[in-house]
Amino acid sequence: MEPFKYVEGYAAPMLAANVDTDVIMPKQFLKGIDRSGLDRGVFFDLRFLLDGTPNPEFVLNQDPWNTSTFLVVGPNFGCGSSREHAVWGLKQLGIRALIGTTFAGIFYDNCQRNGVLTIQLAPAELKELGQVVSERGSSCIAIDLEAQHILLVDGRAIEFKIDALRKQALMLGLDAIGTTLQRSDEIRAFEARHLESNPWLV
Amino acid sequence: MSTPKTLYQKHIDSHTVCELDDQGHVLLYIDRQVANEYTSPQAFSGLREAGRKVWRPSATLCVVDHVNPTAPDRIADMPDAGGALQVNYFEQNCRDFGIELFDVLDKRQGIEHVVAPEQGFILPGMMVAAGDSHTTTYGALGAFGFGIGTSEIEHLLATQTLVYKRLKTMRVTVEGEPGRGLVSKDIIMELIRQIGAAGATGYAIEFTGPAISALSIEARMTICNMAVEAGARGAFMAPDDKVYAYLQDKPRAPKGAQWLAAVEQWKTLFTDPGASFDKEVHMHVADLQPMVTWGTSPDQAASITGVVPDPMQESDLILRQDLQRALRYMDLQPGAALEGIRISHAFIGSCTNARIEDLRDAARVVSGRKVAAGVRAMIVPGSTMVRDQAEAEGIAKIFRDAGFEWRQSGCSMCLAMNDDVLSPGDRCASSTNRNFEGRQGAGARTHLMSPAMVAAAAVTGHLVDVRSLALEA
Repeated sequence: MEPFKYVEGYAAPMLAANVDTDVIMPKQFLKGIDRSGLDRGVFFDLRFLLDGTPNPEFVLNQDPWNTSTFLVVGPNFGCGSSREHAVWGLKQLGIRALIGTTFAGIFYDNCQRNGVLTIQLAPAELKELGQVVSERGSSCIAIDLEAQHILLVDGRAIEFKIDALRKQALMLGLDAIGTTLQRSDEIRAFEARHLESNPWLV
Repeated sequence: MSTPKTLYQKHIDSHTVCELDDQGHVLLYIDRQVANEYTSPQAFSGLREAGRKVWRPSATLCVVDHVNPTAPDRIADMPDAGGALQVNYFEQNCRDFGIELFDVLDKRQGIEHVVAPEQGFILPGMMVAAGDSHTTTYGALGAFGFGIGTSEIEHLLATQTLVYKRLKTMRVTVEGEPGRGLVSKDIIMELIRQIGAAGATGYAIEFTGPAISALSIEARMTICNMAVEAGARGAFMAPDDKVYAYLQDKPRAPKGAQWLAAVEQWKTLFTDPGASFDKEVHMHVADLQPMVTWGTSPDQAASITGVVPDPMQESDLILRQDLQRALRYMDLQPGAALEGIRISHAFIGSCTNARIEDLRDAARVVSGRKVAAGVRAMIVPGSTMVRDQAEAEGIAKIFRDAGFEWRQSGCSMCLAMNDDVLSPGDRCASSTNRNFEGRQGAGARTHLMSPAMVAAAAVTGHLVDVRSLALEA
């Protein structure tokens, strides 16, 4: 997995509340058995008109946000279905981080497992950042994960918090399964005790 | 004396292999997993690519449910290339990794969250994770279930654990006796309306109170199922005698002395007196009215006696734009009465509301009536066993005689991944869980409500208060 350390790019404002994973990745893109080709499906019904041409009204079709690396999003982003296809698609579209106030739980974990950084800011800070990136001239930002801040073009820095465990996994691009399997003996010992005291679980 | 613990804390503690930091991260042991054909393929591919095995194959049950057709005549082959690819790969994965599969022709097939409880695969005290957000359903049995993505499915298959961060705790106490015609769907829809679609984000909910105790197990499942629509990562209820009675004759429930030992242990699964929650919510349901959604988020709901809200009364600009967008999508005018909104479709199905009690409720409304002209009405039972039971009870005949399509089981038009899809502009009264834009088909409009309310809409042709229809005893 690609490590996340310091990333620069354009940030697109998508500040509506409760953007769900059905909207991020509609059903017709869920019929594969691999992760490929999902960039096409991201926000499909918003990005494309009925005739298949790009919808000029949609922010990700407008310059410079059509090359966005980040999204600044409204509350409860990623709610609904557990479909990880939503995150795979965003990543394939070039999105490396999402900045919002709250994220839906499953979506949040899915981002983490795919090296997509989710940053939670206070509502007032998020509102201000949303205004900043809505202006073409100030829509380019940088995220420094090591220092835990977002840098704006005017030189301001917005601090953010992140659990050390999540930060380390993102910065090193760790394989979560490989890391856990290093504890196989502990898991095996726990499992033996657990199944012995709850034999109906076997 | 030790510190009083919540039920959630007890669950996490008893499944913690080890603590991973001082921020609440633990390596969490998972007792059971249910998997479907559409969120699991890439997880199995990941195992294959890394040459990894499944840690404990018997902990997983695979069920085909999301992509299969629900046409009355069952066929093994999926009619579309994508569905066929997923189902074939699913079967191959079950064979190669030694996991039990209920395929589309199996008499036990159905929606995973209906099938797993009816098989007794889920028991009180279990930690359950599955690649579907509605895994919260199992909370009704005193298990803690939560949805995970595909990367986590792979992690779980390979290690039987998840790297998990402890949630905050919320207790929802429900009091009062709901009036005639009110069901658990109305209770959970009202809670979501009150606290919002993100009201429980970051929380595990414990439901308690006399109004919960009074509910059947199936009715409780509806509540835990839809708690995720308020953002809850998991929702459950302390098990009681009703749970034990529900489970006792299920095929995979423990038997004999083991059953007695299990019940003794399950009786310790409750929140200790004096334990504190991060948040407390109190609901009184005596004055509850039947609920329907008018917007494109499950919290955009009102009682059937209400009206479509006016976005101009919202002072926050972004929230106002959200409301305007929702009403534009739903093609509804501010101030319009909800009762009387005409529908083109009625759908009773999904892991939220397609169990036998739901079908009985709907049949009481439908009995002696006909589906209104211009309405396509469908029943998709939650499982093949539910379907067979409804046939045996004569309920299926009531639906067929009234003009409903009586179909096979699957997730169907709840998320429209199979060929049960609405067209742009269609308006559906639906017993499902999500009224998102495009959920049941691009451009289609969904109104969520209880199964009896869907039945009432189907026979009148419009949203209507089910209490205004005389019911079969």
